Amino acid sequence: MLSTYTYPTFSSPRAPELEDAPGQLRRHPVVVVGAGPVGLSAAIDLAQRGLPVLLLDDDDTVSVGSRGLCYAKRTLEVLDRLGCGQPVVDKGVTWNVGRTFLDTKEVFHFDLLPEAGHERPGMVNLQQYYLEEFLVKRAQALPGLALRWKHKVTAVAPAGDGATLTVQTADGEFRLQADWLVVADGARSPIRRMLGLDIEGKVFQDRFLIADVVMKADFPAERWFWFDPPFHPGQSVLLHREADNVWRIDFQLGWDADPEAEKRPEKVIPRIQAMLGPEREFALEWVSVYTFQCRRMKRFRHGRVLFVGDAAHQVSPFGARGANSGIQDVDNLGWKLHLVIDGRAPEALLDSYDAERTVAADENILNSTRSTDFITPKTAMSRRFRNAVLEMARDFPFARALVNSGRLSVATHLDDSPLNTPDADAGDDAFAGWMAPGAPLDDAPVRVGGRDGWLLRQIDGFTLLCFGPTGVDGAELADVPVPLRRLRVRPAGSAGSTAPTAQTIQTAPTTPPTCPATPAGAGPATATFAPTEVEDVQGLVARRLDGRPGTVYLIRPDQHVVARWRRADAPALRAALARALGHPSGDPAPATAP
Amino acid sequence: MAFEHLHTQPHLGIPGRRPLRAYTPGDTFYEMLIAAHDGLDDEASQRLNARLVLLLSNHIGDLRVLREAFAAARQGL
Repeated sequence: MLSTYTYPTFSSPRAPELEDAPGQLRRHPVVVVGAGPVGLSAAIDLAQRGLPVLLLDDDDTVSVGSRGLCYAKRTLEVLDRLGCGQPVVDKGVTWNVGRTFLDTKEVFHFDLLPEAGHERPGMVNLQQYYLEEFLVKRAQALPGLALRWKHKVTAVAPAGDGATLTVQTADGEFRLQADWLVVADGARSPIRRMLGLDIEGKVFQDRFLIADVVMKADFPAERWFWFDPPFHPGQSVLLHREADNVWRIDFQLGWDADPEAEKRPEKVIPRIQAMLGPEREFALEWVSVYTFQCRRMKRFRHGRVLFVGDAAHQVSPFGARGANSGIQDVDNLGWKLHLVIDGRAPEALLDSYDAERTVAADENILNSTRSTDFITPKTAMSRRFRNAVLEMARDFPFARALVNSGRLSVATHLDDSPLNTPDADAGDDAFAGWMAPGAPLDDAPVRVGGRDGWLLRQIDGFTLLCFGPTGVDGAELADVPVPLRRLRVRPAGSAGSTAPTAQTIQTAPTTPPTCPATPAGAGPATATFAPTEVEDVQGLVARRLDGRPGTVYLIRPDQHVVARWRRADAPALRAALARALGHPSGDPAPATAP
Repeated sequence: MAFEHLHTQPHLGIPGRRPLRAYTPGDTFYEMLIAAHDGLDDEASQRLNARLVLLLSNHIGDLRVLREAFAAARQGL
């Protein structure tokens, strides 16, 4: 039992399927298995798009222990779209700076968000149970989302048109059919095992102790990492602040440590006292000893079964790339699955989920493996190099750049995605900056409809971002297969608007409407073609996107750039949109035999 | 200690390529360095290091750089 948190207990009524006639199977367009942060996010995303979603979980409460702690800027932006970003930021501890110490001296520090003009910070620390609680609350508010607790999937039989699931409840067992199955049942993934699918990678031979302690302390809200501190010689220690005056201390123990003995208070408390000094009062909140692996499934899509989060890939904790990458999986999958189910895009679009997110998983595994290899050297020579880097870091900037105590989660750039339309050769007009096709769109402050807001808040579907007059007439795009929002970026103060003063600034709503403006299944309404004027209040939209008069960006529903032009026309836009919807030829109609 | 010829700022990368993350070239180098020692016992690793110093010194060539590098490495030993 925690002193700072009371676990909620959820319940579901007796499953209505138990009353059905024998042999009768209810059919669901989408079933999500696993109500952790990733499964909940998936269910919310799909339900917000207008799909009826069934979410099954074998437990009846939230995460036991603080577990996933650091939520990255990109995750917060996705959570904003899901209606849960603000409670996470409000309850969590915002931080941007990390410091690395050797012994007691600082050798390196980083700032995750060195520039202003983004709504969300680099990182927010929040115990996983709070995030899950906020997501459950949001899920319960969505009429199309049915959340069933204590529903354990015990068998899965995939078929060409979906999968049949056997579900066990306290009241009995039943079967149901899912047209599409999203598997978010965690690192041990029972469904992955039931289907006999492999997950390959390596286990690291080291053990770590997490101690969450409650204490009053005035340490800054920063990530502090020690190599070889006097209070824990020869090993590493990590300190993070959590909500509710809880602090996480992570001690490297080595492979030979006895995990059961190390969890006992009489072992843990002296370790913490050695670190904090004998006078500091604290209470133990939660203790856990863990090992970890870096591995992933070969493919995340198996027909109509789609794996997301830890079920599909796992990393070491250094870099906070676990839950953060799982939520990016969901961000990537939601719009694609919706369009495929809706018949607006070919099933092949879902292969791009696999292509894009396996690349992202490899990037996360690479970075977290490199951090782990630096933190826990495997050989005497490896340790000598590591120590030489740390010794030289104080005097030499090049050595500071090599200190690797974790490279923290950032959004993956989907550079090689099959959905991208590569830049045309623009000669001297080539784009500067980082917003190439595949890039997650940078945020920037904007003013829309007389209110201050943020660029990313404007994008929840396919969006054209146009700078000044462009060669694209909205009417020419009236028959595209998906709603296409147009945003026209204009410089601050232009077109007769008055510059805002501090007194007149209104803040745009920070939570999205319950449903997107364009309901699922609706045709491309004419209204979506009236461009929305976006005032580039600080000039950062134009600067970050290298926008010049005539520049057009096509943005995906998950806020990644997918194509851009210095001069656009309707045929080029149609071709890029078709490609972004999974038609590889750029032909909006799938090729059929003559 | 000030150096006239030796680079002490981060200098790893591929000429003409701009890394998305500043840490990537350094981390790639470090991984290559550790991988170069894979499977060697400590004695063999020491010999590999000696050979590396010789190869890289010859590649650098400029004796002024090498003189400063040797002095920098010697600090504190």
